[in-house]
Amino acid sequence: MPIKVEPVEVNIGPQHPSTHGVFRMVAKIDGERIVDVKMVVGYLHRSMEKLAEERTFTQNIPFTDRMDYLAAMSGNLGYCLSVEKLADIEVPERAQYLRVIFGELQRVASHCMATGAFINDCGAWQTPVMWCFRDRERVLDLFEMTCGARLTTNYMRIGGVAFDIPDEFLPALDKLVNDELPKAFEEYEELIVGNEIIMMRARDVGVVTPELAINASLSGPMLRSAGIPWDIRKADPYCVYDRMKFDIPVGYNGDSYDRMTIRIEEMKQSLRIIRQAVGDLPGGSHKTDVPLAIRPPVGEAYSRVESPKGELGFYVVSDGGPAPYRWHVRAPSLINLSVLREMTVGQTIADAIVTLGSIDINVGELDR
Amino acid sequence: MMAPLLDLITGYWWDLRDLSNLSRMIYGRLDDWGFPDWSIYVISGMLGTLGIVSFIGGVAIINIWVERRVVGRMQSRLGPNRLGPFGLLQPVADAIKLMQKEVLQPASAPGLIYTVAPIAFTVPGIAVFAVIPWGRHMVLASLDVGLLYILGMSSLAVLSVFMAGYSSNNKYSLFGAMRVIAMLVSYEIPIVVGLLGVVLFAGTMDLQGIVLFQEDNWAFMVMLQPLAFLIYFFAISAELNRTPADIAEAESEIVGGYHTEYSGMKFGLFYAAELINAVSVSAIIATLFLGGWWMYELDELVPGWMIFIGKVYGVYFLFVWTRGTLPRFRIDQLLAFAWKWLTPMAIINVVVVAAEVLVWEESGWSAGFWIPVFIAVNGALTGALVVGFVKFFAPKFQRFPTRPRFYPDIDVPSLPAVTGAEFMAKGGQA
Repeated sequence: MPIKVEPVEVNIGPQHPSTHGVFRMVAKIDGERIVDVKMVVGYLHRSMEKLAEERTFTQNIPFTDRMDYLAAMSGNLGYCLSVEKLADIEVPERAQYLRVIFGELQRVASHCMATGAFINDCGAWQTPVMWCFRDRERVLDLFEMTCGARLTTNYMRIGGVAFDIPDEFLPALDKLVNDELPKAFEEYEELIVGNEIIMMRARDVGVVTPELAINASLSGPMLRSAGIPWDIRKADPYCVYDRMKFDIPVGYNGDSYDRMTIRIEEMKQSLRIIRQAVGDLPGGSHKTDVPLAIRPPVGEAYSRVESPKGELGFYVVSDGGPAPYRWHVRAPSLINLSVLREMTVGQTIADAIVTLGSIDINVGELDR
Repeated sequence: MMAPLLDLITGYWWDLRDLSNLSRMIYGRLDDWGFPDWSIYVISGMLGTLGIVSFIGGVAIINIWVERRVVGRMQSRLGPNRLGPFGLLQPVADAIKLMQKEVLQPASAPGLIYTVAPIAFTVPGIAVFAVIPWGRHMVLASLDVGLLYILGMSSLAVLSVFMAGYSSNNKYSLFGAMRVIAMLVSYEIPIVVGLLGVVLFAGTMDLQGIVLFQEDNWAFMVMLQPLAFLIYFFAISAELNRTPADIAEAESEIVGGYHTEYSGMKFGLFYAAELINAVSVSAIIATLFLGGWWMYELDELVPGWMIFIGKVYGVYFLFVWTRGTLPRFRIDQLLAFAWKWLTPMAIINVVVVAAEVLVWEESGWSAGFWIPVFIAVNGALTGALVVGFVKFFAPKFQRFPTRPRFYPDIDVPSLPAVTGAEFMAKGGQA
């Protein structure tokens, strides 16, 4: 007599050690294999896009901190760019360079976190995440030095940046970029990239084909892991990225391991950009004078930046008032997550966790 | 020069090197007072048990601090350092907190199994110490089949993990329980077959006999049997649920595995028992492979039990080190590792050792000649097998380089454009 079996439904999340926030994944499981995955998002929905319609354009900047709280600078930057595009505001050179420096520092911080958390998902007992935190803290110290905040920086302003860098910033940045972080990345290469267990766990796990990646509108390391060299900084340069020399790392197979190595390589490229930006940093003002209650002309604007997670786009519609008529955010976390089902079905639970970790979602940005 | 000094203590109850003198004095006094033989037997057993259990209790308390502190250092942080000197009172605070917590039990959990599981998990780790020799005359129960007893006991711990996982009536716990059973079936074999090499060499299953064999031949078993040591170390770290094989409680995957539903002191028992099991396994490794209380001439001066504890903590550090360093295997990789590598290696090891023992006995030559030869042969064999495994049998994950390509150097792939209708026709799959 055949034994009657049926798949079990397991809730992974919203309270689970490795869902990176309050994301819920309902997995239908046959033994250890995943048969089907259902994603439930919205546990962290704070209706920011609606709230923004009640606040002035400047007051909306803190919202962008709290979306992707691991990459607040990128969010600030993307939003300010969109409003500047809408109101046609000229940003001083110095502010543009500072934006690039802080955007890239933020990328290092976010990728450090992503790499550490990913290996934590692979089952290492907190050690890699702590080591990555160590390097992230160094970057956050610089943020604190400049704008007083570490996570929710609220640093970019419409028309520039909030504060000029203090005197002790550049020596500290020089030490970080030329000494501490390169050494740390060498450690990553030795301990993480060459680790056979990581290879066994992450190679061929969560594979995204180039076709799927393009059709699902993926971006960031997810897209580049599939072998498609698409980076907003090259494809649609903003700030002064067109003056910088840097390479775009591209993966081979579209699996979790590729995404991890791409992130580590991107951090190195970020350091390269920061060195160039510091070398060319011009003097002058860090901010143009923009009225606090800015009233952009009637119209709409979409601007995008390459945030650590992918293409972060801000769509702003103005009706001539002090608040946006409509504000929409294209959150890379949400769109990158949309292929989770294709990536995980047929794999084991352990693989699904690794895949989820390699997507590097941020639930604050996912649900907004 | 030392001899007159040693004469002052040898054989007296204040001889710290051999605590059995003390107990012998007590038994003699009891005998003088006319206690019947059986009661002396009972009292001596109780005394030894008391000593061992209090040692383990202390170890469980201290190791909470040791493990957190050592791992903290590995993770480039300080670890507990607030309570008492160097944070030494942290385990006390942990215990008080766990005792204060409400013990929640799932309404649908079968009460008896659920309650017994943490206790059953704790007992084997302590019971193992009964047969482990602490010194030349210090062994509580000198069983002729001591090793068999240890193997049986260590399997019992796994069974109680299954009890806990099954009775919690929770999907995560059930996953942990299933994984434990799969692992037990796979890893018992390399453990037993691997230890067979040790038994063949020593010619006995008595742990004291194995230590004495190492003393007689002036060599630690790990030199004679490096392969068995490796096999046992990997396999037992899987049975202990420690990384890289902690799939039964895999925190990032199945929350807490078998102890997801436990809280309060029941969870505390699991936590403590995990540390106790690690120590008892360290003690087994120290006895079987590292000479137990024997340390060349050193055990004449330093108490043997101190040497033994030192070795135990040395092995324990290895466990903490691997735990603080390595990521976890997936369950199929872990089982494949047992069946495809550890078991064949263990069988090869047994065949080689059997041949060596036969040669040794038939030739009639002394151990002084054969032991160095065996050390060289087995060391070379282990090296060859490990290198061969890495080179030829390890799964090929190096299809692609570990460094990504760079955009200016590669061609952008031209992809077939997929229309929305085609995309939907394929069921939404690209």
